[in-house]
Amino acid sequence: MEALEKFRQETREWLEANCPPSIRTPMPEDESPWGGRNPKWKNPESKLWMEQMASRGWTAPTWPKAYGGGGLTKEENLVLMQELRRINARPALMSFGIWMLGPALLQYANEEQKLEHLPKIVRGEIRWCQGYSEPGAGSDLAGLQTKCEDKGDHYLVNGQKIWTSYANYADWIFCLVRTDTSKKHEGISFLLIDMANGGVETRPITMISGASPFCETFLTDVKVPKGNLVGELNKGWTIAKALLQHEREMISGMGLGNASAGSSFASLEQAAKDYVGEVDGKIANAGLREHLTRQLMDGKAFALTMQRSMEEAKAGHGPGAASSIFKYYGTELNKRRYELLLEIAGTQALGWEGDSFSAEELSIPRAWLRSKGNSIEGGTTEVQLNVVAKRVLGLPIE
Amino acid sequence: MALVLTEEQTMLRDTAAQFFKERAPVANFRKLRDTNDQTGFDKSVWKEMADLGFAGVMISEEHGGTGFGPVGLGLVLEQAGRTLAASPLVSTVLVGATAVDLGGNALQRNNILPKVASGEIVLALALEEGAHHNPYKIGTTAEDHSGTYRLNGRKSFVLDGHVADKFIVVARTGGHVADRHGLTLFIVDVGTPGLKVTRTKMVDSRNAAIIEFENVSVPSDNVLGSVGAGADILDSVLDLGRIGIAAELLGLISQVFEETVTYLKERKQFGKPIGSFQALAHRAAEMFAEIELCRSVVLDALSAVEERRNDVAQMASLAKARLSDVARLVTNEGLQMHGGMGMTDQFDVGLFMKRARVAAATFGDANFHRDRFATLAGY
Repeated sequence: MEALEKFRQETREWLEANCPPSIRTPMPEDESPWGGRNPKWKNPESKLWMEQMASRGWTAPTWPKAYGGGGLTKEENLVLMQELRRINARPALMSFGIWMLGPALLQYANEEQKLEHLPKIVRGEIRWCQGYSEPGAGSDLAGLQTKCEDKGDHYLVNGQKIWTSYANYADWIFCLVRTDTSKKHEGISFLLIDMANGGVETRPITMISGASPFCETFLTDVKVPKGNLVGELNKGWTIAKALLQHEREMISGMGLGNASAGSSFASLEQAAKDYVGEVDGKIANAGLREHLTRQLMDGKAFALTMQRSMEEAKAGHGPGAASSIFKYYGTELNKRRYELLLEIAGTQALGWEGDSFSAEELSIPRAWLRSKGNSIEGGTTEVQLNVVAKRVLGLPIE
Repeated sequence: MALVLTEEQTMLRDTAAQFFKERAPVANFRKLRDTNDQTGFDKSVWKEMADLGFAGVMISEEHGGTGFGPVGLGLVLEQAGRTLAASPLVSTVLVGATAVDLGGNALQRNNILPKVASGEIVLALALEEGAHHNPYKIGTTAEDHSGTYRLNGRKSFVLDGHVADKFIVVARTGGHVADRHGLTLFIVDVGTPGLKVTRTKMVDSRNAAIIEFENVSVPSDNVLGSVGAGADILDSVLDLGRIGIAAELLGLISQVFEETVTYLKERKQFGKPIGSFQALAHRAAEMFAEIELCRSVVLDALSAVEERRNDVAQMASLAKARLSDVARLVTNEGLQMHGGMGMTDQFDVGLFMKRARVAAATFGDANFHRDRFATLAGY
């Protein structure tokens, strides 16, 4: 306990000395620190902050020091997070390498691969994207067809990926490829591809929100060194599943409304009072009030369930049955939250541009539209419910 | 009660269906959006609609219309909803002309209605003042200065307000801010000094405007109906507006549903059409049931207006609440069932979803109309 307090003290002092002033203010989206070979540093202090944090391995605090990580224990990491939050520090580095690929490499890659890739992820030198889905392989991800042929001294990859997040800005892509066409799940391998080596083309997709965070990625006669295969040949599905689990956990957290941090609509009940008015402290519209209450009660119950699951895990029990519902419930809750926000703010929530809408109001329709993807990406609601029905309930469905 | 279309009505519906499919498909709407068109609708298409009699569908033959009545207009709106056809049908024909027809004197009717029927002018109802429909809560004032009224206030969400030639303005000449009595309707020409119009861009890429009045002088000849009793006209106008929007939503819902069912049959995962999975098939069947109920409600609501029944208000609220809710259900489910592709701008389902929410908020959302339905029924 004493050691932990000492760590807190040291951390606090170090952050005080090294976290630049602008980094302690809310982060505009165009200052997101993604790093990579061609980083965009609108704010030079973002770069400084990333480098300072990376020098201690604190962009990936719990990864081993041998791979550039911070080597922190879970408890120390918790302290670091608390101290970062205390000064409202922005993230030092946003990275699919840290969130998704890194944990998979730590578990499945060989020593050479870990030493090659993990430190560059920690330092923000390489920006990664994920090549999983294909036009014909969405919910049926294992039906993927991107062909990977053994050409003796290298692999040759041909195919098309879709929904590759920010592929147009990425340096490397981690891909699921088909290495055996005679089997389904057992014919998939996990491959790392340098997108600068030719044959990789990306095309952004315009979404209903007007943003283009996803791409179509075309792979044409891409030569890949054989050392870039992670794990064993045809055993990539195991890695893919582990990675998907991370992704689902990330997305399910959105149901708690954290996704809109920084928005003044964090409190739905206040928004309702502002837009609809109140009588004796009660929201003036009875129907709306009932919808709102239902939402807030469900949100509270969901938060408690996530907390219970965390406490069970801490107490040494494996992930309970409750964890299987998180992605499903969290995303559906988040979608309902935005529908409710439209109901609350009426026509002021339906503006697209113009001075008659505040910045917060203009953010509503975009966030509402974006939320619709939550129950599709990273495993649809239907797939999640199948998992619950089959694995948890043991129902004999196909 | 007419829950089955007559032969004449069926012909009108088929004409409208073919017209919108060929002359105002979704691709046209996309083009208006992507080119940031200043009018927001295609004027030549609007002229064609007028030539086909759509603009004058509610207007008597005496004033240059076709006199098809509310059911006819509902059928046209339903077909327009299928292709997201942007036109002044709602602002000018459904609402504006109805206000003039119900409240206007002979001169006003003679001056305005023939020009609506021929597609020459655009009308806009300047009613809303807040984020939520609240037709009697009017803060815009009109003071009588010996035969001339002076208007002050601010109106929002004025459909087609940025291209309107004439506004029908709801202003307070008496009573308190939320009173039903004391409201008066005025016809105000665009360009009147003190009138400021600002276009608003909505999520559905349709037109709305903010209209500000600063000491706008309006002659008493421009009062529509009688002073202080504007709500009597307004209520009927809004009820028809609500039913008309419900008809548009019926078309929108039908279109999204049909496209979704087609997708369920075509899209394959796990080696078979995704529509073969009961989880999706049953939800599609449930939507079908809801839509069947929608169709009955819209048709009966239109008939209620046509037959001047005494339950028009109840039917308007039933139709508007139900169609708003089912439109939300069907656009949400339609998008989910299209998977990632539904999230792309390239697919139409997102466009329908955006329009569905704005239409739901127009002339009262589902909460407003459920409350009104219960109040009208006395519980």
